[in-house]
Amino acid sequence: METIISLKAMGSQVRRDILRMVHGAKSGHPGGSLGCVELLVALYFDIMNHDPDTFEMSGLGQDVFLLSNGHISPAWYSVLARSGYFDIAELATFRKLNSRLQGHPATHEGVPGVRFASGSLGQGLSCAIGVALGKQLDEDENLVFVLMGDGEVQEGQVWEAAMFAGSKNVDNLIAIIDFNRKQIDGSTDDVMPLGDLKSKWETFGWKVLEMKGNDLEEVIDVLRLATLETGKDQPVMILMHTEMGFGVDFMMGTHKWHGVAPNDEQLQLALAQLNETIGDY
Amino acid sequence: MENLSNLNWENIGSKDTRSGFGDAIYELGKEREDVVALCADLTGSLKLEKFADEFPNRFFQIGIAEANMMGIAAGLATTGKVPFTGTFANFATGRVFDQIRQSIAYSEKNVKICASHAGITLGEDGASHQIMEDIALMKTLPGMTVINTCDYNQTFAATKAIAEWEGPVYLRFGRPKVPNFTPKDYKFKIGEALLLKEGSDVSIFATGHMVWKALEAAHALVEQGISAEVINIATIKPLDRDAIIESVLKTRCAVTAEEHQIIGGLGESIAGFLARNFPTPIEMVGMNDVFGESGTPEELMEKFGMGTKDIIEAVSLVIARKQF
Repeated sequence: METIISLKAMGSQVRRDILRMVHGAKSGHPGGSLGCVELLVALYFDIMNHDPDTFEMSGLGQDVFLLSNGHISPAWYSVLARSGYFDIAELATFRKLNSRLQGHPATHEGVPGVRFASGSLGQGLSCAIGVALGKQLDEDENLVFVLMGDGEVQEGQVWEAAMFAGSKNVDNLIAIIDFNRKQIDGSTDDVMPLGDLKSKWETFGWKVLEMKGNDLEEVIDVLRLATLETGKDQPVMILMHTEMGFGVDFMMGTHKWHGVAPNDEQLQLALAQLNETIGDY
Repeated sequence: MENLSNLNWENIGSKDTRSGFGDAIYELGKEREDVVALCADLTGSLKLEKFADEFPNRFFQIGIAEANMMGIAAGLATTGKVPFTGTFANFATGRVFDQIRQSIAYSEKNVKICASHAGITLGEDGASHQIMEDIALMKTLPGMTVINTCDYNQTFAATKAIAEWEGPVYLRFGRPKVPNFTPKDYKFKIGEALLLKEGSDVSIFATGHMVWKALEAAHALVEQGISAEVINIATIKPLDRDAIIESVLKTRCAVTAEEHQIIGGLGESIAGFLARNFPTPIEMVGMNDVFGESGTPEELMEKFGMGTKDIIEAVSLVIARKQF
């Protein structure tokens, strides 16, 4: 495993990638992407059993990650590239014509590491359950991870999936909700209150953990704990409390940066707050 | 085009097409470990009981949650399984169009969406369940193969065939017992039309439950001195374009027959193709932009213009429009 220091350095670099990709495309979703950096860095550089060099669609013999809230694709693409799935130079093609890095993730262009299209919300948990059931049939003891947004759980399909996994003992599955309490139109409390998510998921039969999602040490600790909670006849949910826009002061504390690209000046202001630790693409 | 015009078409005993699906998937279950089935609380209606009983670890009861079923099927397909989803055509398409679009079609998953109780022959349950728009929805999706079978034997053969086919498939069949007349042992070839009867005055392109009616119509037309060619288009997408051109080059006019809305159906696919390549007078037999109602299958087919006599009338109209 990497040291915490090097993982934090990776996080800073991923945040720079996100900002530069969204700026370069003049569109995209920086807010949620910045908030999920610690999770994705922890999963790909520490927690998950995966090998970019032997990526296969089936995921047999490896852990599988699905991004259900596909709009935070910049964060995922950066982590995929930085962990070896493809060349970091390709990040410059994000959202551009003939790129493998579509605005929302897709399989059609054959980008390594991506197994499902996402973007239309609420579908990833069901797909993750399917992969988990496939692993059970194959007697593959590796795990399935899926990340959703918190606004996303307003979609009814999420609760169809919650009911299935909770009642049918899909216990090789760890779902994570990016609980930043913000969505496009404002706070989740204003748009459509989510209520007590912990008790809702517990009532549906899930083991529920919580963590501060922008505290890397805690993220790693809780993800490890979550893996220890698998195989116990119930799926695992982590409510990940994050700050949308984390790492860039003027992007935090607001939903305004959900889907807006920084201009030249804003990019420089933001990059000045994030060390170029490994090297920009 | 496969030529079966040497056969004598007779009903060897009416059966429901859905039983062809149920019997075939049970055989597939015995033959292939990678075949799995999912159902949204309609195991009996889809004739999936034998599969569920024999292969409980490969059968997934999802409950009344079709969106979740499509996603789970996409996930299972990713791991190399060949998932067959089973529910009514209404809930297999319209209810879950976005799930099919993103998680299955755009994600290029090898899922077989199998749909029973399609069309107005669902009958007494009424228009809420009588989907007549499902072919239209499915054929617009890039990469989706769309098949509508005409009898028990063809449904059995098509179910076996789609298991061998790489890519998403929509397989549409129905509820009532209908004449069973295609050969028991024939191998269904996806994308290949079946020539059922040769003729020279008009081409009748029929799919699903309308195929038997097209044969009845062709038989009746003989008495009027009209020689009708009957071609079964079971695979609506990809369309067997060669078969269509070959036939209309000879007959110079066409009638299409389907248990579906005319808007977005097989007829429009054929008309669109011919308009671009060989403009030909066409009449279309199908549902004319209305919802159905409760009734017996035969009553409804007659009331909404999908009876044998409607095909015969369409033939008269289209022959009158022929230029040469």
